[in-house]
Amino acid sequence: MKRETLLLTGNRPLTPTVFELTFSGASAMRAGQFVELEVEGQYLRRPISVCDSADGTLTLLVKRVGVGTDKMSRWQAGREVSALTGLGNGFGSDATKPLLVGGGIGCAPLYRLARDFAEKGVRPTVVLGFQAAAEIYYRDEFARYAEVIVATDDGSDGFKGNAVAALCDKGFAAGKDFDRYYACGPAVMLRALSAWCADGELSLEARMGCGFGACMGCSIKTTDGFRRVCKEGPVFDAAKVIWE
Amino acid sequence: MDISVDLFGRKLASPVIPASGTFGFGSEFAEYYDLNILGGIALKGTTRDARYGNPLPRIAECPAGLINAIGLQNPGVDAVIAEEIPRLAAVYDGAIIANVGGHSEEEYVVTAEKLSDCKEVFAVELNISCPNVKGGGMAFGTDAQIAKSLVYTVKKRVKKPLIVKLSPNVTSISDMARAVVDGGADGVSLINTLVGMRIDLRTRRPVIAVRTGGVSGPAVFPVALRMVNDVARAVNVPVIGMGGVTTAEDALEMMMAGACAVQVGAANLVNPYACKEIVEALPAAMERYGIRNISDIIGAAL
Ligand SMILES: Cc1cc2nc3c(=O)[nH]c(=O)nc-3n(C[C@H](O)[C@H](O)[C@H](O)COP(=O)(O)OP(=O)(O)OC[C@H]3O[C@@H](n4cnc5c(N)ncnc54)[C@H](O)[C@@H]3O)c2cc1C
Ligand SMILES: Cc1cc2nc3c(=O)[nH]c(=O)nc-3n(C[C@H](O)[C@H](O)[C@H](O)COP(=O)(O)O)c2cc1C
Ligand code: FES
Repeated sequence: MKRETLLLTGNRPLTPTVFELTFSGASAMRAGQFVELEVEGQYLRRPISVCDSADGTLTLLVKRVGVGTDKMSRWQAGREVSALTGLGNGFGSDATKPLLVGGGIGCAPLYRLARDFAEKGVRPTVVLGFQAAAEIYYRDEFARYAEVIVATDDGSDGFKGNAVAALCDKGFAAGKDFDRYYACGPAVMLRALSAWCADGELSLEARMGCGFGACMGCSIKTTDGFRRVCKEGPVFDAAKVIWE
Repeated sequence: MDISVDLFGRKLASPVIPASGTFGFGSEFAEYYDLNILGGIALKGTTRDARYGNPLPRIAECPAGLINAIGLQNPGVDAVIAEEIPRLAAVYDGAIIANVGGHSEEEYVVTAEKLSDCKEVFAVELNISCPNVKGGGMAFGTDAQIAKSLVYTVKKRVKKPLIVKLSPNVTSISDMARAVVDGGADGVSLINTLVGMRIDLRTRRPVIAVRTGGVSGPAVFPVALRMVNDVARAVNVPVIGMGGVTTAEDALEMMMAGACAVQVGAANLVNPYACKEIVEALPAAMERYGIRNISDIIGAAL
């Protein structure tokens, strides 16, 4: 964990609700780690995953869902933002045939991971699930590093159904099409994935008081005992999460 | 300029103490700064047995603060003594204040006694805001007679200074303070969190899974200050003040209200360096208000 003052260098809408923030001044971070951003007038910082971190630039993708993210959507380049950086454990990257699965805004943290694999000479498969065509973002960016499969709930683009349904429909099987999957998205999706296959890593969310392990606000039950999503997570072994 | 204070005959490096539940068991904060500038460290509330605590969500944001309903997650007193306290003592020489929670008198007694027998522990802080399971779930700290008899029983078994941490969710906090001092408390600390709630407009449900939780942060500072002042006027034992302290000025104000030391809670969560920055800002703030020895201002506004 570091406290850093980041300089916003860009804020660009990607869909009606998702926007991309780029910053300079952040230390390098791993795929699956996150930052806690201070938002003017809000007491708690907001946890946001690293979408990309390279060459001194931090990219975050944010979905407008409430008061804090709404304020962030109106931030303009040149603004200084206080952040706690380098939080959480991040994804592993030992798969030889990786499968990446994202749902909604949960696709964002998979981007740096796809790049990591590509830079090691492994082209992963990534399944991106959205509600509708209008909500799709980063399809071309992912396509630079990965084979992209798009799924939409309403069928307006790609497979009709959610990301897990797309995997089942295409007959994806562990050992054959992939040896390990890496996923982020709504809890229902992650739970369904872990029931489908245990050889994976899940990036979880929780309402956080601190983001660096001090308050126990984010603890979940795992087969190894109680674990803090912000400190021992947010990425957990799919086989170890105990769903409440 | 002197920022040291005295607590139960021990000289503390500064009056600033991270509050229970907002600093874990302390050792992880040693990665961020040298903990020896602190006056003490209040450990996460510890119970006899390991507890997971409440279901998630446990946290909700408020104007100028937050609500928490952690439910006393902790690894249990034996693990705290075997692992957490040695880990902290390896990086920190200052006062360790062990915070004790419980859901029955027996549980409080066993836990407090074990912690007070631990050589690294300087004082025991009894959190009487926990629900009394046998007493229908009402907090021990909301009934003066129950609180007094609990403190009396615990005090007989504890060989270290016993601080009783008062709940603000009462009609008269000075009556509660008098009751626990009658019961044998060597000092009191206040305030614990104020019961509150938030509702998610989208789901029309409470944000906190167990409906309500404890409000803390700058929002409660004026209430806490008034209560510290009430209690300092009512009893003649050391008073440790807390509730919304965020700056060196807040700490001075708490001390003028009657606190001989201050605890800092929520501020640590949004700024991991909060306690360090308050300690470092104290001399300049004292200079501004013509204070040479910080102890001189304790209870100035009684
Ligand atoms: C580890 C982690 C990584 C995340 N990564 C991203 C990301 O890359 N992009 C993105 O858009 N969102 C991400 N989120 C979710 C994001 O933190 C919330 O959407 C955001 O905090 C909502 O803030 P708000 O003020 O707009 O909403 P409000 O509902 O007004 O927020 C009120 C409070 O609830 C908290 N809260 C609300 N929703 C969530 C949620 N889903 N998860 C955690 N806390 C929540 C807020 O932080 C705030 O404290 C992540 C969450 C976590 C825990
Ligand atoms: C996340 C969190 C956890 C807490 N856990 C405990 C606890 O275990 N025992 C206790 O006595 N008080 C606990 N408290 C209360 C604080 O120690 C303190 O009394 C209160 O938060 C008021 O101070 P503040 O406004 O500076 O936060 C907790 C507070 C917070 C925010
Ligand atoms: S959010 Fe505070 S411990 Fe995880």
